[in-house]
Amino acid sequence: MLQRLRRRVSGTMLFMWLIGLAILAVVVYGTIATLATSDYTGRQWVDLIIYGVAQGGIYALIALGYTLVYGILRMINFAHSEVFMAGPFIGYFVASALNQAGYFDRGWGFTILGLLIVLLVAITVSLVIAVLLERIAYRPLRRAPRLVPLITAIGASYFLQYTFLGLFGSNVKGYPDIDVLKGTWRILGADILKPQAVVIVAAVVILGVLYVFARLTKTGKAMQAVSEDKDAAALMGIDVDRIIVITFMVGGALAGAAGFFYALLFRQVKFDMGFFPGIKAFTAAVLGGIGNTVGAMLGGMFLGIAESLFPTLVLNGLGIPAPYQLKDALAFILLVLILIFRPTGILGERLAAKKA
Amino acid sequence: MEAKPRQALPLAIRFGLLGGIVTLLMCLIGIVESSNSRAMIYPILSLGQTLVLLAYVLFVTFAVRRMAAGSGGTIPRLRLIAGGAVTGLLISAFLTVLVLFGTWIDLRSVFLRATPTLFNLLTLGLPLIPGVIALLGLGIVLGALVAGILVLPDRLRRALVLGLGLIPALSILASAFFAQRGLTLLSAVIVFVLGAAGSYVWSTFGGGVRQRIAGLSPRRRRAYNISRLSLVALVVLLLPLAGSYPSQVLDLVGLYVLLGLGLNIVVGFAGLLDLGYVAFFALGAYTMGVLTSPEIGWLGGIHLSFWGALPFAVLVGVLAGVILGIPVLGMRGDYLAIVTLGFGEIIRIVALSDWLKPFIGGSNGITRIPRPVIGPLAFEGPGSLYYVILAGCLIAAFVAIRVKDSRLGRAWMALREDEDVAQAMGIDLVRTKLLAFAAGAGFSGLSGALFGTMIGSIYPHSFTLLISINVLAVIIVGGMGSIPGVVIGAVALVGLPELLREFAEYRLLVFGAALVLMMLTRPEGLVPEARRKLELHEAEAGAGE
Repeated sequence: MLQRLRRRVSGTMLFMWLIGLAILAVVVYGTIATLATSDYTGRQWVDLIIYGVAQGGIYALIALGYTLVYGILRMINFAHSEVFMAGPFIGYFVASALNQAGYFDRGWGFTILGLLIVLLVAITVSLVIAVLLERIAYRPLRRAPRLVPLITAIGASYFLQYTFLGLFGSNVKGYPDIDVLKGTWRILGADILKPQAVVIVAAVVILGVLYVFARLTKTGKAMQAVSEDKDAAALMGIDVDRIIVITFMVGGALAGAAGFFYALLFRQVKFDMGFFPGIKAFTAAVLGGIGNTVGAMLGGMFLGIAESLFPTLVLNGLGIPAPYQLKDALAFILLVLILIFRPTGILGERLAAKKA
Repeated sequence: MEAKPRQALPLAIRFGLLGGIVTLLMCLIGIVESSNSRAMIYPILSLGQTLVLLAYVLFVTFAVRRMAAGSGGTIPRLRLIAGGAVTGLLISAFLTVLVLFGTWIDLRSVFLRATPTLFNLLTLGLPLIPGVIALLGLGIVLGALVAGILVLPDRLRRALVLGLGLIPALSILASAFFAQRGLTLLSAVIVFVLGAAGSYVWSTFGGGVRQRIAGLSPRRRRAYNISRLSLVALVVLLLPLAGSYPSQVLDLVGLYVLLGLGLNIVVGFAGLLDLGYVAFFALGAYTMGVLTSPEIGWLGGIHLSFWGALPFAVLVGVLAGVILGIPVLGMRGDYLAIVTLGFGEIIRIVALSDWLKPFIGGSNGITRIPRPVIGPLAFEGPGSLYYVILAGCLIAAFVAIRVKDSRLGRAWMALREDEDVAQAMGIDLVRTKLLAFAAGAGFSGLSGALFGTMIGSIYPHSFTLLISINVLAVIIVGGMGSIPGVVIGAVALVGLPELLREFAEYRLLVFGAALVLMMLTRPEGLVPEARRKLELHEAEAGAGE
């Protein structure tokens, strides 16, 4: 019995479980310590959670792009964060033009029209860039060794980032003020900032539409079939190349929409703004089980909320000064922990060690 | 794939459009304008103009090559030249549209770099209408000229290409060392004639010389090899005499060679894509800083010298390599890449936070790191520090070369090619992977320590993901798994942009493009390692059967 146990539990496994337990203990201790001091009111916690949900909706939209592409090509589209950046970046120019034309201070009708135009531009630009990436950089390498497309994606990511820097400059570009989105709405007894409410509602609607698309339409089913088994799907008469392009289109469009919402929340764009949302959305995709669309949605939401609560809830209790500085590290720590302890994610199949 | 013969004209048009887009992009990102202040051939040709010319040359070359290849060598030369002219004209057409649009409406509210200076440069300083005509005409002439050179007999063509290629190469060096001024017209002509003549003579008599060398007795051949090596060694040793600034560049190149050699073990030998390589670099630098800087008081007032702290920096790197390696043992490929990237970022974010500020200085960093001293010998300036870095590189290169063909090196390569098969062959995956991480991290720690002492002060901002990407680009452009490749890659990707400061802004753009293009066209790198090359072209060979 003991011998069997020893064979199954290697030294490295033990080491990792010890680390995991230690982290768990620290998190629990920090949470209890924070709650015990009760420096924060219930209102503040609710605000943090709402902020987290809005942020999480954005992560979920980007994460879908990673998950869809990974499901089909078994590669991390490293340049997806630049797809996310490109849409709202071009959208900024349209938005400021519309702003000069006075669209954003003439009441609801014009504002909504203007915002829809910017959203459409953002979606289109991201979609086009995603498709170009697939066509130029990834398609010729589909049968290459694993590292090759990944390195290409990294290269493409930097190329795109610094092309935008060269074309449009390195300064932060501020989205115009939108009068009707100032202030808060009172929903279910909580005051929600208007842009956050818009983002949450829109993200949920888009996620719903995507769910229906993936589950019920013929194209959606074809995408599932291709991600299950490319060769078998081809034998069933599915045009695999077309499905891959559509996957990139869907992923790109979602990233463009996410970028637009990001711009709505933070009201600014910059050439390197894609990096952190991108890497966090990837974490969200892994969290939910990569290749799994529902998982990506849930993972994104979870990560958004966790990230918004974690510094205040845990680090504060540990007595770490200025905990918000460590906020960005959370996603990475979570990513490592998931891959060690539950590589399948919440809903997915085991892929981290599976041969791609 | 290109088995069916293609029409010449569509190919010429296709490459013309492609070249036009690329050239347009080059102009709009500002790389042309900002490198315009550097002369290549003083005073008639600037680096910016050379870049535009280069785009023409490249795309016309592609077009002509493909046209000739597609027709199986049956296409008449005149048609090739005409095709080249079409490609050139199309590229010019794109630029013309840009110039006309830009002078008609001000594009600068969107494209910052669409300035009148750029348009003036493109229209050769002429007024708008004659300028545009000249631009279009120049495109045709250039296209035809390049195509004309390409269809010349081999020996003549090689001579002309070498002669022309030498001009920018030499003038970049000249302008880097002598204040923005490249070659003069006269010296450019001399360089061209010498280069062309040299190449022509070599292609006539070179074969004979090579035969004589091959025919030397073993002892004399050995003497020949030794003299060649010692010549290289002499040049390498004398390089810092070029001055203070070139020495700084050399130091940086040296650090990247060191980093590249380390990452080469992890990525090139063992096939583990590590994007958090900067973490070990940072740890090495911080270890050096914490142990030596008089600013740090929490270690009980221990302040080691550079040499005393160096082993600790390497040790910390190795330990970190093992510790960070354990959790990622089971991961492959892209997951490993992202997780290691996460490690790198965690280290930077933590170093930047107020949490560890009392220990490592937070955003204020650590300053006053001493320089190495041996007895009376103080390595103060960049020129003398070069020798310390060189020593580090030589040790690292020695280790890498010796390890490569050892049992361990072969185990790494087996791992790279197929993990499951390697395990089945009795390779201990855990031990082999951890050794790869540890060795790479050790080199990186050493490099970080040298970096700390070279800069004299370290800040968390110095340790971004970009360093990992730079090193990755260095080894990929040089050739994964190839040790000379690392040196070539570091010189090309780190040294060259340092010499041409106006490229600094575009460095990552170029790196990104280089990564993509290398992967698409030559995944084995510039100086490929033989085994790796076979591996990468295995699929193609298999597909051809």
